[in-house]
Amino acid sequence: MNIYEKMMSIDRRILFLLIALSVIIPLLKPLLLPVNVTKEARNLYEFIDKLKPGDVVLLSLDYDPSTMAECHPMALGILRHCFSKGIKVIVTSLARPEGLGTAEMVLTQAVEEYNKKNGEDYVFLGYKPVPGAVILAMGEDFRLAFPADYYGTKLEDLPMMTDIKNYGDIKIVVTFAASAIVDLGWVVYAGGTYGVPIGAGVTAVMATDFYKYLQSGQLVGLLGGLKGAAEYEKLIEHPDMAIKGMDGQNVAHLLIVFFIIIGNIGYFLGKKAKASKGIGG
Amino acid sequence: MHISTTPGVWIAAFLTLFVYSFLYKDNPFYKFAEHLVIGLAGGYYIVTVWFQILRPKLITPLFQQGNLVLIFPLILGLFMWARYIPKYSWISRWAIAFYLGVGAGLSIPRSMQALIIRQIQATMLPVGFHSYQGWMNLFIIFGVLTSLVYFYFSAEHKGLLGISAKIGIWFIMIGFGATFGYTVMARISLLIGRIQFLMTDWLGILH
Repeated sequence: MNIYEKMMSIDRRILFLLIALSVIIPLLKPLLLPVNVTKEARNLYEFIDKLKPGDVVLLSLDYDPSTMAECHPMALGILRHCFSKGIKVIVTSLARPEGLGTAEMVLTQAVEEYNKKNGEDYVFLGYKPVPGAVILAMGEDFRLAFPADYYGTKLEDLPMMTDIKNYGDIKIVVTFAASAIVDLGWVVYAGGTYGVPIGAGVTAVMATDFYKYLQSGQLVGLLGGLKGAAEYEKLIEHPDMAIKGMDGQNVAHLLIVFFIIIGNIGYFLGKKAKASKGIGG
Repeated sequence: MHISTTPGVWIAAFLTLFVYSFLYKDNPFYKFAEHLVIGLAGGYYIVTVWFQILRPKLITPLFQQGNLVLIFPLILGLFMWARYIPKYSWISRWAIAFYLGVGAGLSIPRSMQALIIRQIQATMLPVGFHSYQGWMNLFIIFGVLTSLVYFYFSAEHKGLLGISAKIGIWFIMIGFGATFGYTVMARISLLIGRIQFLMTDWLGILH
């Protein structure tokens, strides 16, 4: 095996180990690399920041434990932003039943940090299947889709819900998702039919699919992956796990780029060497 | 360093390590974690559906509060189970037909408006040669048209059509490249999430 073949056939386990180290070392010794805020994250932040105390937003935590690493910090960032400004929050979790646990976990953390009261400062409606139908029903009346909240209390018994009927009483819907519920659910049914502004925090895998909705004005703003969460943490000046994780993200990306270059150099030089050997023979 | 004393955290930590052990090679620990997560997700789903959906939204209103309209969704739901009886499996098609009909009726007109017409509108942009935005708008229109040409298969891609289709492929490839980059970022983010859990919640090295 010549040097070029070696460059292209590094044992994958060595690469896995190096990637793990590239994440662990920056977590132990932070590099404090800057996090640049994109226009789409700033737009979402500014929309929420301009709301007044007492205004109501709907946060739909449409993710489950498998994508918690990306969506959880985004949801926590926006919950912190809302609660710190006295904005009231309605929370749903419509994508999958497994998302109920993660939704309750992040909501509980934010509620404890800001000492908020259930039914007065926030309402957790929980999960109901067939998201498209649920999103449409909430556009008519929240009580149609959710006669009671997640804990079984009827909506008419919750003080916060007294003056809230449908999306007309909501300033913005922000969905945190790892599925097509963003466009096939919220953008089509809530934004398209009822005209409520929509914001989204999505996993990085999906982020490029949603830029077209920013350009068309169907999304107010967009947070993409852990980077989007880190941007929001920076905007609300509350650095947490996303910003801490960005050093590892950057170092791991550099390492991957380095190995892509090594692999390509090995491929092209190896091909050239073979060609010249062939001509010589 | 404050190692967790919570049993749940220890179980989660070991299961995380079991799953990552697959990166070395397939092994019984990985298999155990894999089977456990499938079983657990199934069990969790059944319990959640019972307590969050079936009991409060069907069983209680129908049998205790007398909301008889719910008999229809109950019957349609029971029809779905006919799939397990080969002789009567055709009955399940009624439920599927109802579900598809409602889904298509709700979705098609709204999707046309929100996903197609709004996107076409967003491409009708003012073009100008004296401003940056004017040039960018021209670039967007050019990208959309050449990408669409690539998907026109009713004529051979040669001449002007061929050149446009080739340019369209470049736009599409740039889109795929961005998606691939984001996908790498997503996978690393998941690793970061797990390592943060191990180092914070389990080992207590980070705060």
